[in-house]
Amino acid sequence: MALLSGGRGHGYELKQALNQSFGTLLPELNSGQIYSTLARLERDGLVEGESVADDNRGKKVYRLTDRGRELLRNWVSVPVPGPRLKDEFFIKFVVATSMGLADPLTMIELQRREYLQSLRDLDARLTTDGNSPTTELMVEGAVLHLKADLGWLDLIEERLVTGGSMS
Amino acid sequence: MTALLETRDLAKTYDTGGTPVAALIGVDLTVRRGEFVAVMGPSGCGKSTLLNLVAGLDRPSAGEVWFDGRRIDQLSETALAKLRRRRIGFVFQFFNLLPTLSAEANVELPLLLTGTHRREARRQARGLLTDLGIGDKGRSAPSRLSGGQQQRVALARALANQPDLVVGDEPTGGLDSATAGEVLGLLRDAHGRGQTLLLATHDARVAAAADRVVSLRDGRVFDDRTLDAARPVSLPFDPEPL
Repeated sequence: MALLSGGRGHGYELKQALNQSFGTLLPELNSGQIYSTLARLERDGLVEGESVADDNRGKKVYRLTDRGRELLRNWVSVPVPGPRLKDEFFIKFVVATSMGLADPLTMIELQRREYLQSLRDLDARLTTDGNSPTTELMVEGAVLHLKADLGWLDLIEERLVTGGSMS
Repeated sequence: MTALLETRDLAKTYDTGGTPVAALIGVDLTVRRGEFVAVMGPSGCGKSTLLNLVAGLDRPSAGEVWFDGRRIDQLSETALAKLRRRRIGFVFQFFNLLPTLSAEANVELPLLLTGTHRREARRQARGLLTDLGIGDKGRSAPSRLSGGQQQRVALARALANQPDLVVGDEPTGGLDSATAGEVLGLLRDAHGRGQTLLLATHDARVAAAADRVVSLRDGRVFDDRTLDAARPVSLPFDPEPL
């Protein structure tokens, strides 16, 4: 819908734009998915399709309706949730250590290695030429999160050592 | 790569008036020529003690330190001082520049101490400061320089005698994140030119740049692992065409 906010578009153009931008995030979208989504949006009154006059294949161009525009504005104006309490490592750590499946310090150290390696990967990406400012921001955001994750591992270890237990 | 530095069963116990405190216990560490090794661990884990022992600033209670094929832990003070001046460069958290000397003169000092002619020392010092991006600050007193600039001067001083080893204790510890990144870039450049580095650090980015990370806990090596070459990063989406 955001792609339609600037005007009108063919299903095919939308597919191109989406696959180009989100290629590594989403599996390759096929035309069927695009057209069924557009049909659903049209049914809900969020977009409207108009048949192209001199096209006998029934090709349509789509544009946002007022309701669609309103919904898009809403999506944009609502902030995304902040806290990330669900952490895969921590779940694994609590389960494994409380069941006596692993040595806590070893688990922390292994995870620290993984984060350091990821940090190395990201830093290498930052020092390669040709990153756009947006890409740089994306990678630097991940770096900051990783540094926080590493700080958190230090904290877990510190509590573990000084507190003696994790109950 | 051959071993530049090797410790064997290295131990250090401090006598703090009564109860002896073990700062380092049985550390076997090898640093090969050209390697960049980061030493990590919480405060009090023995990082600084280890650095001081391998750089000949302090003597072990037990064990051995070998530098470039020679045992150094029993050398005389004079011999140790000579070794440090010629073959080891130091970078500290708080720069440790001489405040009464200009930036340039701070870098010249180790060159003059090893017998370089005054004019040649000045030429080399200027070259180093230029390489490190502060060629225009040579005449400034350290107190007139920012933290990042002072650390660049300190790094130039450490590199002046083309030492076999640069030892650093929290070299980015006193710097803000952007400046720390710049100093790390310079350390990485030096490593890229073959400089052997042994750095104690809390800074994850410094550790991530190293070839190897040694984790110390309570005076012992808890983990010692080589990092892999950087893996390719796939971005979740490419925001540009939107």
